[in-house]
Amino acid sequence: MFESVSTVAEIQEGVRAARRIHVRGGGSKPALSTDCRAGDALALNLSGLNGVVDYQADEYTFTARAGTPVADVEAMLAEQGQYLPFDPPFAARGATLGGTVSAGLSGSGRYRYGGVRDFLIGMRFVDGQGQEVRGGGAVVKNAAGFDFPKLFVGSMGRLGVLTELTFKVFPQPPAFATVTAGFGPLANLLSALHAVTGGQIDLHAVDFGPSEDGWTLCVRIGGLTATLEQRVQALRALVNAGENAPRGTDALFGRKEHDLWRKARAMAWLPEGYGLVRVPLTPRRIAAVEEALCAGEGAARRYSVAGNLLWLGWRESDATAGSPSLNDLLQDLDLRGIRLIGQAPGDSPDEGNGPVLGKPLQNPFLRRIAASLDPAGKFGGY
Amino acid sequence: MSVHPLIRELAGLYSEERLLTRPGQLMAYESDALTAFQQRPEAVVIAENREEVIETIRLCHAYDVPFVARGSGTSLSGGSLPVADGIVIALNRLDRILRLDPGERIAVVEPGVVNLKVSEAAKPYGLYYAPDPSSQSICTIGGNVAFNSGGAHCLKYGMTSNHVLGMTVVLPDGEVAELGGESLEGLGPDLPGFFVGSEGLFGVALEITLRLLPIPQSYRTVLAAYGSLQAAGDAVTAVVASGLLPGAIEIMDELAIKAAEVGAKAGYPTTPALLIVELEGEESAVEAEFAQLMQIIEETAPVEVRMAQTADERARIWKGRKAAFSAVGRLAPDYIVQDGVVPRSRLGDALAEIDRLSGSYGIEVANVFHAGDGNLHPLILFDGREEGALERAEELAGEILELCVDLGGSITGEHGVGMEKRAFLPKMYGPTEMQAMEDVRRSVDGKSLANRGKMLPSGEAESLAHVGPHPLEKAGVIFRD
Repeated sequence: MFESVSTVAEIQEGVRAARRIHVRGGGSKPALSTDCRAGDALALNLSGLNGVVDYQADEYTFTARAGTPVADVEAMLAEQGQYLPFDPPFAARGATLGGTVSAGLSGSGRYRYGGVRDFLIGMRFVDGQGQEVRGGGAVVKNAAGFDFPKLFVGSMGRLGVLTELTFKVFPQPPAFATVTAGFGPLANLLSALHAVTGGQIDLHAVDFGPSEDGWTLCVRIGGLTATLEQRVQALRALVNAGENAPRGTDALFGRKEHDLWRKARAMAWLPEGYGLVRVPLTPRRIAAVEEALCAGEGAARRYSVAGNLLWLGWRESDATAGSPSLNDLLQDLDLRGIRLIGQAPGDSPDEGNGPVLGKPLQNPFLRRIAASLDPAGKFGGY
Repeated sequence: MSVHPLIRELAGLYSEERLLTRPGQLMAYESDALTAFQQRPEAVVIAENREEVIETIRLCHAYDVPFVARGSGTSLSGGSLPVADGIVIALNRLDRILRLDPGERIAVVEPGVVNLKVSEAAKPYGLYYAPDPSSQSICTIGGNVAFNSGGAHCLKYGMTSNHVLGMTVVLPDGEVAELGGESLEGLGPDLPGFFVGSEGLFGVALEITLRLLPIPQSYRTVLAAYGSLQAAGDAVTAVVASGLLPGAIEIMDELAIKAAEVGAKAGYPTTPALLIVELEGEESAVEAEFAQLMQIIEETAPVEVRMAQTADERARIWKGRKAAFSAVGRLAPDYIVQDGVVPRSRLGDALAEIDRLSGSYGIEVANVFHAGDGNLHPLILFDGREEGALERAEELAGEILELCVDLGGSITGEHGVGMEKRAFLPKMYGPTEMQAMEDVRRSVDGKSLANRGKMLPSGEAESLAHVGPHPLEKAGVIFRD
């Protein structure tokens, strides 16, 4: 049962009084917001702590409370022709800024200018002793003091409770265009991926995934409308240049193009009733990952950020304690994943698995930091 | 604390020529590019591999001796100033690029690798390393990591922390930790992001995985002269509001222009303010954006406009800008440079106030700055041979830092707090924040051995003495930006 809070004072009071604290925002990543390890923790719902505190369009910055929905912020930015270039995922499902930072989530657009870690420039959080601490600043360039904003990206609510966030934003390109290409074997796509990402075309997003009869690559560019046709031609030539050319390419503009990426952001490729795990990796690991995954079956996959991120889905009804363990599979591959929706295959809900799968997070540097910010372990530790 | 038993132990680890203890040998390490501070360490060890660094730090911890890691000593904030009764660990010889993977677009380097060497090594693959501090021909990646170095292209591509994917670090008691990895995406708290810019207080980076970017296909650079700094500032506002995202937006004032003329013969127009704007990217996109940029610039009524059509012309525009700092040395025997940040819309207010302060102190201040991100670089000119001149220049510098904080900015955009600005960090953050930083530091380094006395105000005072520009700066090898 979550207790709704709408002020920082309520959070501070809660942290001081409780032995364990667990926080949720919009609930768009249920595996994180209902972490069963939390047990008898005081559960706080921060979606009431919302609203934009300050927006300076000509400074490219805004400050908002942690429970502010990403979608609200994006609507505000769009009025000034600005955006969060890292395409925060789950916006359509009600994701909040705090949840996005805490889960460390960036979408396809992070390829061009960086992810949530690169756009969060300031923040406030309540530490394990109930004090509100400010980190970073409100200007786009700042090298003073320890970089608490970066530390809290991906912290999963275990270092403190985020209360306020300051982001850098960018002007949105006037138009986008996308080239899609269909390939047979994965190896052909990977060779085109290499050519495209190593070239001199400024790419906004590079995603790919299995299609009915092979693999589909989607490459997005953005800029002045008048230049896009010509740039799309250059991009198509680059995609076609390799030895293992695609079966065909297509160029998308306008509404159709916009819809393609809107669906990608909403994880529309993930079938109903599927769980979801996020796995950072690098392109060279993809062949091994595919081999390991296909040993099991029915995994839905979408690779994003030019092969630096795998969104992995599976039918939740298959994710029983008896099925092959995703935790073990990732461990064998020396990778790490985080559950966002549902239980993972092979998990036993009774044993209270945390959301992190594969290679453990434990690290001497992190241990020391957590001991300082949360000495009593109120946020659960790692 | 027992330095001498430590040195005896170190003698077992390092040969005589790599364990420096004689005053004549130590002199070169007494100071970095912030030459107003100097301190002789008890010893300097010149490490050649990571095992030596780890073992040295373990020994320092065992004997309670503070240590300072040092690359090329180009810190402008006194970041690598030695500690009395401590040792310096010189990392220049850990200068190998361990792996350069064009497919994954990463380079794994040791901390002593010079910044520019990374881009040189990546060039054959059409790649480069984006952060470009003006000292990039000599400063090391280890120092860049410790101080989160910037450069002229931060607005679009960020600072060092935006380009470090992973690290192997040795914590201040000798324990080794792996932070991050090789992917652009991470999982769990962003530990590389927290380590970068920690000014050496969390230990020493032994291996650093850097992100490389494709070299832009083309650049277009414009230089516009204006009748006043205000007019140049207004032009920046217009460019930013247009939705263009230039790689660099720089402004120089009259005194800085004069210095660039004297020092680098840049051939700049004689004018109260110069604006440099650079676009980069695919040729067709840059051409179209440049046409839009030129239209905006024309509307801001510049006195003169010059466009770089060729790589040579581009280099000439940048030559004066990059050399402006060392060139200022021709106008006055000494100077202090600050790098406070103000919100971009407050640049005009900040410059007017700096001008007023300059008048009331009777001290000349030249201004060169990264206008796109509000990062000021006031150069405060003085003559160190005059009694009290350094102290007065420092006082003026302090007022400028307070001004930046009052305007909602930061005391440092890219040089770091170091020794120089540690008294000012509490003006930017409150007591709770200072305590949180001190607590984290204590938790990571219980004995406060790693780069003691930097960034956080507690710690013993160091000697303040004037010794003039860094020898390499005098020689024109390094520049301050």
